Amino acid sequence: MSELEYWTQQIVKGRISRREFMGRAAALGVTTALASTMLSEAGVAATPKQGGSARFGLAHGATTDTLDPAGYPDTGTQVPFWGAMSNSLTEVDAKGNITADVVESMEPADGAKSWVFKIRKGVTFHNGKSLTPADIIASYRHHMGADSKSAAKSLLTAVTDIKADGPDTVVFTLSGGNADFPYICSDYHIPIMPAKDDGTADWQSGVRTGAYVFGHWEPGVKAELKRNPNYHKPGMPHFDEVTFLTLGDVTARTNALITGQVDWIGRCDLKTLNLLKKNPKIAIAEYTGYGHYVFPMMVDQAPFDNVDVRLALKYAINREEIAKKVFLGHAVPGNDNPIAKSVKFAVDPKPDFTYNPDKAKFHLKKAGLSSLKVDLSVADAAFNGAVDAAVLYQQHAKKAGIDINVVREPNDGYWNNVWLKKAWCGGYWSGRPTCDWLMTTVYAKGAAWNETHYANPHFNELLVAARSETDDNKRAGMYAELQQLLHDDGGVIVIVFNNYVEANSKKMAHNTIAPNWEADGLKIAERWWFA
Amino acid sequence: MLQRLGLGVLTLFVVSIIIFTAIAMLPGDFAKAILGQAATPETVAAFQHEVGLDRPPVLRYFIWIAGVLHGDFGNSFASAGSLGGGHARTVMSLIAPRLANTLFLAGFAAVIAVPLSLGLGMLAALYRGSVFDRLVNIFTLASISVPEFFVAYILMLFLAVRFHIFDSLADVSPDTPFFDRVFACVLPAMTLVLVIVAHMMRMTRAAIINLLASPYIEMARLKGIAPRRVIVHHALPNAWAPIATVIALNLAYLIVGVVIVEVVFVYPGIGQLMVDSVSARDVPVVQACALIFAATYILLNLLADIVAIVTNPRLLHRR
Repeated sequence: MSELEYWTQQIVKGRISRREFMGRAAALGVTTALASTMLSEAGVAATPKQGGSARFGLAHGATTDTLDPAGYPDTGTQVPFWGAMSNSLTEVDAKGNITADVVESMEPADGAKSWVFKIRKGVTFHNGKSLTPADIIASYRHHMGADSKSAAKSLLTAVTDIKADGPDTVVFTLSGGNADFPYICSDYHIPIMPAKDDGTADWQSGVRTGAYVFGHWEPGVKAELKRNPNYHKPGMPHFDEVTFLTLGDVTARTNALITGQVDWIGRCDLKTLNLLKKNPKIAIAEYTGYGHYVFPMMVDQAPFDNVDVRLALKYAINREEIAKKVFLGHAVPGNDNPIAKSVKFAVDPKPDFTYNPDKAKFHLKKAGLSSLKVDLSVADAAFNGAVDAAVLYQQHAKKAGIDINVVREPNDGYWNNVWLKKAWCGGYWSGRPTCDWLMTTVYAKGAAWNETHYANPHFNELLVAARSETDDNKRAGMYAELQQLLHDDGGVIVIVFNNYVEANSKKMAHNTIAPNWEADGLKIAERWWFA
Repeated sequence: MLQRLGLGVLTLFVVSIIIFTAIAMLPGDFAKAILGQAATPETVAAFQHEVGLDRPPVLRYFIWIAGVLHGDFGNSFASAGSLGGGHARTVMSLIAPRLANTLFLAGFAAVIAVPLSLGLGMLAALYRGSVFDRLVNIFTLASISVPEFFVAYILMLFLAVRFHIFDSLADVSPDTPFFDRVFACVLPAMTLVLVIVAHMMRMTRAAIINLLASPYIEMARLKGIAPRRVIVHHALPNAWAPIATVIALNLAYLIVGVVIVEVVFVYPGIGQLMVDSVSARDVPVVQACALIFAATYILLNLLADIVAIVTNPRLLHRR
């Protein structure tokens, strides 16, 4: 790689600024004009241009979709109705940091047991009404309470009270300290909606605070939104109107992009990606997010109750080969730490669980076994390629004297009948933006989705302590230890972190892509523009 | 005639029982399908109570069928509880625009395919054994022998991707003007035409050729009537019965069997709605779609029988 290419890569990844890049380029004898062209080719444009009508091809969308944020199941609702039309209290930026969105400031008090949010001045709903504490309270109450059917209900169980304090302040009281609470507020299930007179949130009208105003929607077909001229972020958004089409068939999606009927598509076909790359009008964006594919073992069930059996199984899988053959290289091999590298406080625990049949045999022997026969239940409903990955794993493990019996389960009802029921199965996590959030959801004792039945007392104590610790140095140490515990002792085999692979017409431009969710953190409509 | 109608209604009734039991036997349910990983036992129970899934199946069947008899297909599960609030999403409001789209596409394809296949069939019968006959046969048989998605992709590759004449997406809304709608539907309609022409054309040809051997045709020929006139005026009227049956079958296919073409061209028709609803376990919508499909088949078959009887009154009197 030439030095210039290196710096181009750095700016694409957001490690250096545009100004810095120009300086480096000049030092290498490149004219400013040429450097600008290079940047726009790399997808980094100078100043966003306004205008145009953008069309996005989403991989998901169903006739059962609803405007109610209690049930935004996939990108078909998340990208238009949260990312484009709504705001949460906070948002995650391209570097994974939490920033204020419709609030100006967020301050912890009482050991992070209460959080004080100050509403940003001038934030209005699409109908002209100003944002008040009552709206925020209604929006949160919408997900809380005994009869709530919201997917965000479990996120907010720790919230004991929400109160207005004056005309522009909202105070959240939590049952225990949580230094990461602002991250939870950035969740796509919790957009801010206007309060009705009876104090409930009005989700039906589609009136929100976001960059685009609700226009026309056919569930499972398309959504059309128009630019919000009074948006609170200066200069944003850039498009005049945006259309989101549900294109479930991957070939239809690809053809729509090639023929110019849409400007961007999500979830590209990996098998034909190299052909798509050759198209001079199309750019591919590939980035690793928090999402990962797992084989969780229940640590309270034989034979997985023996840590050496777990270690043997962790050494008996060749993740590199699975990443290469099943995911065609569009995935990063895991190391049994479910926290993605881009998350704050993430570490890479040692030793690396690379494929090593001898070590697997050693641990098997230590567990008092000469051979091992286990069932692994999988279906492609767990994640695309789960069956292939399991069959490859079967072959890898054979060399270590482990006989994995791959049980192919039906896709239908997989999450009800197999996941959380069978001692060892395949699974998928879209990941969470903080260590605490993911660990509390999946690995804490008693969590509803504790798929490994992990209940290490030290892990749980440390998890609670780290949650309310506000000193970043101390927290970093605590989270490193927690990750090490999951890596050494936990029951989860993290096969790979999956990459998001998306494609767009080169007419579009953008800054560094946020990896927290697909489609630029779901906010592609707000953040991108036509070059 | 009345007997036929009565039989049709009885068939529909039996079909409704089959549909209901088949759907009741599907694993998983709406709450779990919608909530996915997020389904905790309490949320699932709350959902089931709300949409009435906690009642015994026999009771649910009678509630459903009573509603249908009153013209009320009920509400989509998607409008239940927090997912719908005050906005009840009725099954009819979901199905009506989709059904209209499907009928439009089916009509478009039929308007081209039926005259085309009749014409080709008659010409092939007229010039039986000629190069033209062979070519038509080879072409139509080839197009019916490959799966329809393949035909669709081939058309898309050449007419949308290589040469951008038509759009690869059949993007229509209820407010799309008529001619834009026709233009958007050209590729899916062409695909459907290619898929169904062979069947109808071969039947027309076979039915006419079959008759060409009968004595009255020979008589007509001996009178010196031109071959063209023999086929159109003498053979065709007697060949309508089998042709009408095949046309009815293909029209029914155009309405109930086009889901693959809909998916490939992302056309918002009723087939996609049904597939969507099955995977979400939106039972009322699935049931209504299945019932509509069954009724379509029964009605079109009835129509074919009527055409057969009208063109050949002898069928009314059994020997």
